[in-house]
Amino acid sequence: MAKIKLKPKARKGVIGIKCLIKHPMETGLRKKKGKLVPANHIVHMVVSHNGTTIVDADIGSSVSKDPYFKFNVAGAKGDTIELKYKDSKGKTGSATAKSK
Amino acid sequence: MKRRLFLKSAMAGSAVATAVGAGLLTPSMAFANSADFKAKSDAAGASAAGAGKGSFKFKAPKIAENGAVVPMTVDASKMEGVTNVSFYVTANGTPLAASFNLSGAQGYVSTRIKMGKTSNVDALVTAGGATTKVSQEVKVTIGGCGG
Repeated sequence: MAKIKLKPKARKGVIGIKCLIKHPMETGLRKKKGKLVPANHIVHMVVSHNGTTIVDADIGSSVSKDPYFKFNVAGAKGDTIELKYKDSKGKTGSATAKSK
Repeated sequence: MKRRLFLKSAMAGSAVATAVGAGLLTPSMAFANSADFKAKSDAAGASAAGAGKGSFKFKAPKIAENGAVVPMTVDASKMEGVTNVSFYVTANGTPLAASFNLSGAQGYVSTRIKMGKTSNVDALVTAGGATTKVSQEVKVTIGGCGG
C-alpha cells in the first residue's frame, strides 16, 4: 500500500538509516466536512540489521504525517536493513535495502 | 428552524475541526490510540516525573512554525547500553509520541512529531535501567488552535 523510502548509508563503521514512510497518520480526531476521519496510524515498527532486530518502536498518533525516522547502527557497506510496520487498521508494509 | 440548526452544528463542527487540526488531542475525546499505548503513555509520564537530568543531546526547535511537523533529535550515542528513547509532549492528549526500543542500535533517534500547542517536550532515554530526561519548551505559532 504505502510507499517506503529506506536509505541506509555507511560511514566510518556506522550505518545511518533514514526512512520515510508514506502514511496518512490520522489521529481519529480530525474532522472533514463534519465527519470524523477514522484513525489510521502506524502503531508498531521494527527495523532489523542483517536479520537481527535493532529497533522496535511503538508509535502513537502524534507522530507527523508521512513519518520520518533516522537511526544509527554499527555496520558496514553492503549490510541488509529491513523495515516492517503495522498500522492501526492492521495493514503492514515492509522494505529492504542494502547499505551504501 | 432547520436552517438555524444547520448553522449551529456547522459552527460547532468547524470549531472542533480547527482544535484537532494539527493532531491536538484532548483527554475527554475518544482515544484514537489503543488502551495498550495509553498505558505506555502513562508509564512514560510517570517515569518522566521522576527522571533525573540526562547527559545526552536533545535537539528540538525553540519555535515551531507548524505544529503538525516538529522535527526533533535525540543523540545519546555517547551513552552505553541505551535501551529506550521516547518523546513525550506534555500538552498533547496522548503525551507519548513515540517510544523506540533499541537493541544494538546506537542511541540516536530523529523523527518528526505533531504538537497541538506550545508545550514542554521531554526526551526520555533509558540506559542500563535508569531513565533520564532532557526537556525543552517548543513554542508552536500555528498550532491546532489557530495561534
